[in-house]
Amino acid sequence: MGTCARTGVRGTGLRAVLGVLVPVLALLASEAARAATVRVAAAASVEPALAEIGPAFERATGHRLEVIGGATGKLTTQVIQGAPFDVLLAADAEHPEILEKQGLAVAGSRVSYARGRLVLWSPHGGKNLGAGTLRAGRFAHLAIADPATAPYGAAAVAVLRELRVYDALAPKLVLGESVGQTFAFVKSGAAELGFVALSQVARESGGSRWLVPEELHPPLVHQAVLLSRAKDDAAALAFLRFLAGDGAKATLRRFGYSLP
Amino acid sequence: MSPFLLTLRLAAVTTAWLLVLGTPLAWWLSRTRTRWKAPLEAVVALPLVLPPTVLGFYLLLALAPQGPVGRTWAALGGEPLVFSFAGLVVGSVLYSLPFVVQPLQASFETIGRAPLEAAATLGAGPLDRFWSVALPLARRGALTAAVLGFAHTVGEFGVVLMLGGNIPGRTRVVSIAIYNRVEALDYAAAHRLSLLLVGLSFATLLVVYGTGRGLRWRASR
Repeated sequence: MGTCARTGVRGTGLRAVLGVLVPVLALLASEAARAATVRVAAAASVEPALAEIGPAFERATGHRLEVIGGATGKLTTQVIQGAPFDVLLAADAEHPEILEKQGLAVAGSRVSYARGRLVLWSPHGGKNLGAGTLRAGRFAHLAIADPATAPYGAAAVAVLRELRVYDALAPKLVLGESVGQTFAFVKSGAAELGFVALSQVARESGGSRWLVPEELHPPLVHQAVLLSRAKDDAAALAFLRFLAGDGAKATLRRFGYSLP
Repeated sequence: MSPFLLTLRLAAVTTAWLLVLGTPLAWWLSRTRTRWKAPLEAVVALPLVLPPTVLGFYLLLALAPQGPVGRTWAALGGEPLVFSFAGLVVGSVLYSLPFVVQPLQASFETIGRAPLEAAATLGAGPLDRFWSVALPLARRGALTAAVLGFAHTVGEFGVVLMLGGNIPGRTRVVSIAIYNRVEALDYAAAHRLSLLLVGLSFATLLVVYGTGRGLRWRASR
């Protein structure tokens, strides 16, 4: 009798599992059938602008856009490890080039879509930020993005070295894992100020900022690249065309980018 | 300080604080009959189920110079807690709290009333009963608590990622260093640190299983 009862319980369990599994599988199948989704890996600095370009692209083409944000170096690593991305919007030119050389990006598809600017930013208004702020060093924490993986972090380090304050400020540096986390550190007040992307603070009315002169760091040329798995993907190609169009360009300009 | 040594230091300091704070809390929870017991136990257990990022997010806001805790701390003359070793200790104590309180509470509960009542009839005061009777009887629970608290802190990642700021020598613990190395495609360094952790974790557990009957929370008799 005990065995019988147990079989009965197992039968019910199996039915319950199937009851959940079948709809889930059906959902997955329909997910696969919806072909026209572009999966874009985007540098954290581009995300604010992409939040406007994305819906415009979807309205204009009927395709769907999925954005995965992060530091350019991390996204590149993920592509190398086989992440299913269609397009990479990098915040530099080096990483798209690496992918192209490794055959993970379509040869000749690299295109410079914008040039970014570095900003020293504090959420508190009325501060006169500048090179002098860094030389004086009267703050507990200066947030930058991790220079190993984030182009804006590498640019920030270049500025600190150019101003010869890097060694003095090194103990005060706080590294965000992308310029997105760096901005969050500063915006939340956890760090008093930080080097972020102009595109992140373009919509911030308050706060204090110093637009870092471009002579102080290598140019932040941003390149887009079509990844190999999306070689003949109509939706991915449509997105790259849309990014080069007038509407997207106008949006990028409003976020403080200069265009090539 | 290397990420590995920093991790050991963080885990050691955190475990010491957890034993100091967690023992009276566990003792009280094992004795009390208040109707607040269930809600309090739920709060203590929260870090078991919460994503560490949730804990890290709220700690970042609370400990920031303008945050409720950070402001009070600064008014008392403390260095900023965010992006500091002290801040990581605060975060780790909360994160590993259930791993220390639960085994301690369980072993206090298994002692039962008899030994304590016997001690009381022999004239031992409450503190004496705790020190001379309860704590020695719960020593296996205390060992389990210390090992679990230490090991769980070594494995911490999400809270530190949110709160630490990745500062070499101060907040870049070994789990963060591994993450950085992998993301930078430096697999050799990632392997070195990871294998070190595997070895440390195995050695820790070997000591526990080798010296006692293992991590059995409720079998401390």
